[in-house]
Amino acid sequence: MATINETQDELIEEFGLFEDWADKYEYLIDLGKKLSPMNEAFKTEENVIKGCQSKVWLHAEKHGDHIVFFADSEAIIVKGMISMLIRVLSNHTPAEIMQADLYFIDQIGMAQHLAQTRSNGLVAMVKQMKNYAVAFNAMA
Amino acid sequence: MAEKFDIEQVRKDFPILDQQVNGAPLVYFDNAATTQKPQMVIDALNHYYTRDNANIHRGLHTLAERATTGYELTRKKLKDFLNAESTDQIIFTSGTTAGINLVAQTYGRANFSKGDIILVSNLEHHSNIVPWQMIAEEKGAEVQVIPVDEAGILDMKAYVELLDTKRVKFVAVNHVSNAIGTINPIAYIIEQAHRVGAKVLIDGAQSVAHFEIDVQALDIDFLAFSAHKLFGPTGVGVLYGKRALLEAMPPYQGGGEMIKEVSFASTTYNELPYKFEAGTPNIADVYAFGFALDYLKSLPKNAVWEQEKALLDYATEQLMQIDGLRIVGQAPEKIAVVSFVIDGVHPQDIGVLLDKFGVAIRTGHHCAQPLMARYELVGTCRASFAFYNTKSEIDLFVKALKRTITMLS
Ligand SMILES: Cc1ncc(COP(=O)(O)O)c(C=O)c1O
Repeated sequence: MATINETQDELIEEFGLFEDWADKYEYLIDLGKKLSPMNEAFKTEENVIKGCQSKVWLHAEKHGDHIVFFADSEAIIVKGMISMLIRVLSNHTPAEIMQADLYFIDQIGMAQHLAQTRSNGLVAMVKQMKNYAVAFNAMA
Repeated sequence: MAEKFDIEQVRKDFPILDQQVNGAPLVYFDNAATTQKPQMVIDALNHYYTRDNANIHRGLHTLAERATTGYELTRKKLKDFLNAESTDQIIFTSGTTAGINLVAQTYGRANFSKGDIILVSNLEHHSNIVPWQMIAEEKGAEVQVIPVDEAGILDMKAYVELLDTKRVKFVAVNHVSNAIGTINPIAYIIEQAHRVGAKVLIDGAQSVAHFEIDVQALDIDFLAFSAHKLFGPTGVGVLYGKRALLEAMPPYQGGGEMIKEVSFASTTYNELPYKFEAGTPNIADVYAFGFALDYLKSLPKNAVWEQEKALLDYATEQLMQIDGLRIVGQAPEKIAVVSFVIDGVHPQDIGVLLDKFGVAIRTGHHCAQPLMARYELVGTCRASFAFYNTKSEIDLFVKALKRTITMLS
């Protein structure tokens, strides 16, 4: 199992293959399409992340020591972003997730878009994932 | 003054239009959110702070005199712009929202009582819904809704029926819908409301930039709009009201400017319009706003409307050819706004990608969630045009949109 930083480095490398913004977005869209479907039962109002222009659902479960995330969104670019976050953060311990420094966001060359727009909810998604980690950590 | 509408020159008058965004020429189609400002307005702001800045009204020195004259001159221009009876009926606010809240909190507080009905339409912006809900709740009044049909047209039969069967005290409707562009028949709406003794507030946020409004001819009780949607600065709004209504209304906020005499025993209020302009107003932006009105006046008559109509027709025709695209709002009377959705694609994805092509549109619910709910939509994509836009920009937009759809599917 790769560490959080190893996965981040992988993503940076993958995005490094594209020069054109359009190719990067197409890749992101592709990641969105490939995100494993979320169980409809988890698409509850409670699991909706506030602060996004499109609806985003996030659900987390503890499998052994690890947290596993499930998510979905109505918008495909947002879904691509969640898919990256899940790849980086899912299947790690609460402590690892709480301490994670998500530098890949700045380094995949889409920071301008990913970080800037409040309405895309990236910040809210990261925050919510870390909140789950804090909560599971407290329960342990 | 040129009699012909010279689009090249007009575009030069708006310096912001000439720039690259994300490596592509900017196509600004978000004019319903805010319009761009002509050089004259930008220069006026600069001039004001460079030469004239002072606080207004009570100062005896030269700068105070200049600042006051500049501020009051805009009021005079607005009186002419709206064909108002007098400058006293032009109240400066911070925007449409502030004007509507002012009327709700003063006229509404003084006049609404338990069981009264306030009618709004299903087409309203949140800022013409929530202030009425707030005062209705306080007063035990009730907000009811004029329905809208599939095409985006208000149901006038239902409206008249509501007027005839309910205790309607007040009607608050927009002249033009920001989300889908419908032009509402306000002359008829006002006439019918007056027939049953109800007063009417017109939210003119989306109409003033597109056509002339004669408040006397339309017999408007209250009209609110924002300077920033009329090629002027942000932070300035106008509230027009009939004199008798404004005079009878209690003041809104208390403070300087709005008083005649203050003592701890009792305070008397200033006259119109100052009664409603407590505190130091937004002098610089009000002053500069006057230049936006001058600019509009300098354009050949009907040019704005004709240019926008041509853009609307062209954009509609081009967009209809895109597979899976549906235009939301197909009223025959529309301003140059096209709201659309595309099968299986979320508006946000379209907005994000169009921006990468240099095209600025708006996506989402457009602060009109009840309207989105009516059409069972999460939101739409909205392209809104101004007279400085061109058909070649529409071509760029349509091309970018097609590419965007391909990327997303
Ligand atoms: C129809 C309508 N009403 C009210 C408003 C609110 O205007 P402001 O935010 O300038 O107060 C808007 C702005 O989008 C609008 O389009």
